[in-house]
Amino acid sequence: MKENDVLTKKVKKVSYKSLLIEDIKYRTVLTKKYQSRKPYEKKDIKKITAFIPGTIKKVYIKTGKDVKEGDKLLILEAMKMRNELLSPTSGTVKSILVKNGDMVLKNQLLIEFE
Amino acid sequence: MGLKQKSADLKKRMREAVKGGGTKAIEKQKATGKMTARERIMSILDNKSFHEYDLFVKHSGVDFDMDKKYLPGDGVITGTGTINGHPVCIYAQDFTVAGGSLGWAHAKKITKIMDHAMKLKIPLIGINDSGGARIQEGVNALAGYGEIFYRNTQASGVIPQISVILGPCAGGAVYSPALTDFVFVVEKVSKMFITGPEVIKSVLGEEISMEELGGARVHCEITGNAHFYAESEDESFSQIKHLFSFIPWNNEKKAETFPKRGPKTRQYKIENIIPADPRQPYDVRDVIKAICDDSEFFEIQELFAANIVIGFARIAGQSVGFVANQPLVLAGVLDVDSSDKAARFIRYCDSFNIPLVTLVDLPGYLPGIDQEHAGVIRHGAKLLYAYSEATVPKITVIMRKAYGGGYIAMCSHHLRADFVCAWPTAEIAVMGPEGAANIIFRNEIKNAENPDDLRKQKVKEYKNKFANPYVAAAYGYIDAVIEPFETRSFLVHALEISESKTVQIPKKKHGIPPF
Repeated sequence: MKENDVLTKKVKKVSYKSLLIEDIKYRTVLTKKYQSRKPYEKKDIKKITAFIPGTIKKVYIKTGKDVKEGDKLLILEAMKMRNELLSPTSGTVKSILVKNGDMVLKNQLLIEFE
Repeated sequence: MGLKQKSADLKKRMREAVKGGGTKAIEKQKATGKMTARERIMSILDNKSFHEYDLFVKHSGVDFDMDKKYLPGDGVITGTGTINGHPVCIYAQDFTVAGGSLGWAHAKKITKIMDHAMKLKIPLIGINDSGGARIQEGVNALAGYGEIFYRNTQASGVIPQISVILGPCAGGAVYSPALTDFVFVVEKVSKMFITGPEVIKSVLGEEISMEELGGARVHCEITGNAHFYAESEDESFSQIKHLFSFIPWNNEKKAETFPKRGPKTRQYKIENIIPADPRQPYDVRDVIKAICDDSEFFEIQELFAANIVIGFARIAGQSVGFVANQPLVLAGVLDVDSSDKAARFIRYCDSFNIPLVTLVDLPGYLPGIDQEHAGVIRHGAKLLYAYSEATVPKITVIMRKAYGGGYIAMCSHHLRADFVCAWPTAEIAVMGPEGAANIIFRNEIKNAENPDDLRKQKVKEYKNKFANPYVAAAYGYIDAVIEPFETRSFLVHALEISESKTVQIPKKKHGIPPF
């Protein structure tokens, strides 16, 4: 059932849910926006993902090699800009999931550290 | 040439110009279910009241062979007229002429009518139906938009400005509607976005239709950019006329008063609407209808942040703005969207001398990581700011729950409400009984032989002592405890005696609200 059907009184039967606020359960209708909110995910510093969709233009690192915080990892070209991705951490590269020329989506996993 | 020929010549010129983009283009416009710009103006304004300006303006493009082209009226119709006898300035972009694209002369026609509206201190209506900037005119098209935005901002809070989106309104063009007071949209007709589906696809690889990206429904439900949703252009026009009955011509006037009419009490009986149990829902709009003249409530942004209800109604013939928590949706909590929605409406009413009536029944703020990260601190502060800043008469009715920060935010005496009354069902407390008992008696409950029993007992004790209006009444934080059926007469009286309310505000250029 859509929230807006309730608002515009297009439906007779309203489906109520409960909402807990400060230990009190309220009977109410939940909105689409509220129900589709994404659960929070803690950012994993060992997983490098694409912050924007684009194309991989260069990979500077190799699997098994050590990198230091601030080292260049790869170039991700998006919106005609070449973005250099720098390592947020020091560690050993466990796997590289992309190669030169690959198109990547937003939030796609690119590199994993051990 | 004699007078007869001259007037025949004028008629011929006018006939040419009012044809707009010509028969073919008009047929195409109609085929998509849209009215022409001229028909739209005629439908909004009173019969025969339209006076057109600048019909013979020529476009000023010179590059790319544009100088050889004739664009009637340069793709926009401007003029003055009346709505229910009240004067307005109006412009409508004509999609049949070069796609309603905005060039320098087109923009100049719009800014001229805007300046006119400001000088005459009468409302401005803009009908948007345009493919965007006329690329052939280059930077002059951009200059045109900038001139419009500047005037929208200067006119904001001085004259009412409304935008009607009846076609595409994309890129920079969207910012004029965004700067105006109310935006009207129509299903399948209105399309608003900064970057369209094609650009999004080529840059981000994400596919979405125009309707899903920036259709009428999206802007009414999700973004909150639009205020009034209609299924047809005609419905939209009647909404506009309805709105104009509640608002004044400018910020120095008051809205028109109407003959006093009682609410439809048979249909909306206030005692039967509210469940005494504060956890049970009801539709707060029924309460508004039980209070206002003729039970006629004109809701704004019905589909966006429905946990707060805003809109216009009349009490004893006088226009008022209602702000009410909606227990039916999300228990009526305050959150990012509802704070933003209410705050802007409060500022609107304050600008245009419309008294505010606040109906309170909320459990507090919506808990959640998404809310905190979306900046509920900043957005929630908008509500405090708007209420504190408003100098129009402010009347608050606490119906049931008024817990914690929500109590303060919903136009309490502390934010300078002029009148605050509460029903006997009101619970004005620092938080709900369950939460309060769990904090105050945490150790006792933890160490008790039977924690659940003790918790229940403590909750009951707290409820008996604090879950009522009398603690706040004892401190003078509310002025009176009244029976629900007395609400209307309380409001009528409060409005009557607030007629000459004056407030001294500190000298300042402007405040810095948490935008």
